[in-house]
Amino acid sequence: MAQPIELILVRHLAGRLAIPAFLVDAEGTLVFYNEAAEPILGRRFDEAGEMAYEDWTSVFAVRDEGDRLVAAEEVPLAKALRSRRPVHIRVAITGLDGSPRLLEVSAFPLDGQGQQLPGAVALFWESPVEDG
Amino acid sequence: MQVRLWGTRGSVASPGPQTVRYGGNTACVEVRAGDALLVLDAGTGIRQLGASLRGHHGRVDLLLTHLHLDHVQGLGFFEPAFRKEIELHIWGPPSTHADLRERLSRYLSPPLFPVRLRDLGPHVALHNVPHEPFRIGDATVRGEAIIHPDPTVGYRIADASGTVAYLPDHEPALGAPTFPIGPEWTSGHDLAQGVDLLIHDAQYTTEEYAARVGWGHSSTDHTWAFALQAGVGRLVTFHHDPTHSDAELDAIGADLAQRNGPEVVGGIEGLEFAL
Repeated sequence: MAQPIELILVRHLAGRLAIPAFLVDAEGTLVFYNEAAEPILGRRFDEAGEMAYEDWTSVFAVRDEGDRLVAAEEVPLAKALRSRRPVHIRVAITGLDGSPRLLEVSAFPLDGQGQQLPGAVALFWESPVEDG
Repeated sequence: MQVRLWGTRGSVASPGPQTVRYGGNTACVEVRAGDALLVLDAGTGIRQLGASLRGHHGRVDLLLTHLHLDHVQGLGFFEPAFRKEIELHIWGPPSTHADLRERLSRYLSPPLFPVRLRDLGPHVALHNVPHEPFRIGDATVRGEAIIHPDPTVGYRIADASGTVAYLPDHEPALGAPTFPIGPEWTSGHDLAQGVDLLIHDAQYTTEEYAARVGWGHSSTDHTWAFALQAGVGRLVTFHHDPTHSDAELDAIGADLAQRNGPEVVGGIEGLEFAL
């Protein structure tokens, strides 16, 4: 079954961007991340594949600036989906290659026509550890 | 189900000696599905369709894919819009901030047109295309957003005898790293999957498309790949470029016809299909 048009357009856009991008559907399932995101997340998307919300929020072990584990429902994309508002935050993750990374994340919901919410997207940047 | 093409040209009406066989009228298709009379788009082809309906009484449903001029320009010349005994329902996509009535009124009002949409009378009802499939008489209609500039939908229409998909303005290859990229990431795939008849944008040759990426239309190669992936029974090429002569469209059709896959029919004004 084809994805909603908003997700298709964002995926194709993300495929052209040098900014790391991470795309989830309305249920929070990871459906795509782009080539720019692969070295940060530690694995090619073709190898990682789609992941259920419970899986990716667990496997990336998202932590806040105080090094506390962030609950699945509080990770930026989950908050953006739930609140239908943009979220900007600095977090630490563990990549699929096991390496820790510090990220600046901007997540926003893909509010569509007729109150439809087909998903959300996060753009992120790796922060030098010495920042802050 | 009966399908008749009343206008197959894209962008702008293109009458003349070079386009006599394929026709110069812009997009309009008539679909008879059981007791439902559906009209797909209101390009200039709709004028002659309207004239053919002088003996028709009851309901007519006009399904607009989008509001670019080549798809609405004939609306003010569609006789049923002015016949009070006809129940005319117009369906089309809203934008994020304006409903169909407000958007369509921008065209059907001075200075672009002397008659206002609201002056047509209470026999004309406007509807934003629902997100869910809906029924019109014996037909089940599904409208779904597809890739084209400005809010645009394609339609899938089914009745007991068959299924037709209508995507006259569509650029599914836009931005895709390769095409086709697989059903999950292909705009319009669900509308076209397995239909008996696919009427699809085939405006450009591959060479022309290279200079028109993002204009909202397909190359014939992309159209072919889309139809093949969707597993359609028959492909009707549509929305012909106004610069393409009958001879050029014959050549495009001959190229597609020799490939292994669905039967390809060049969209010619007046063609009829029985499903």
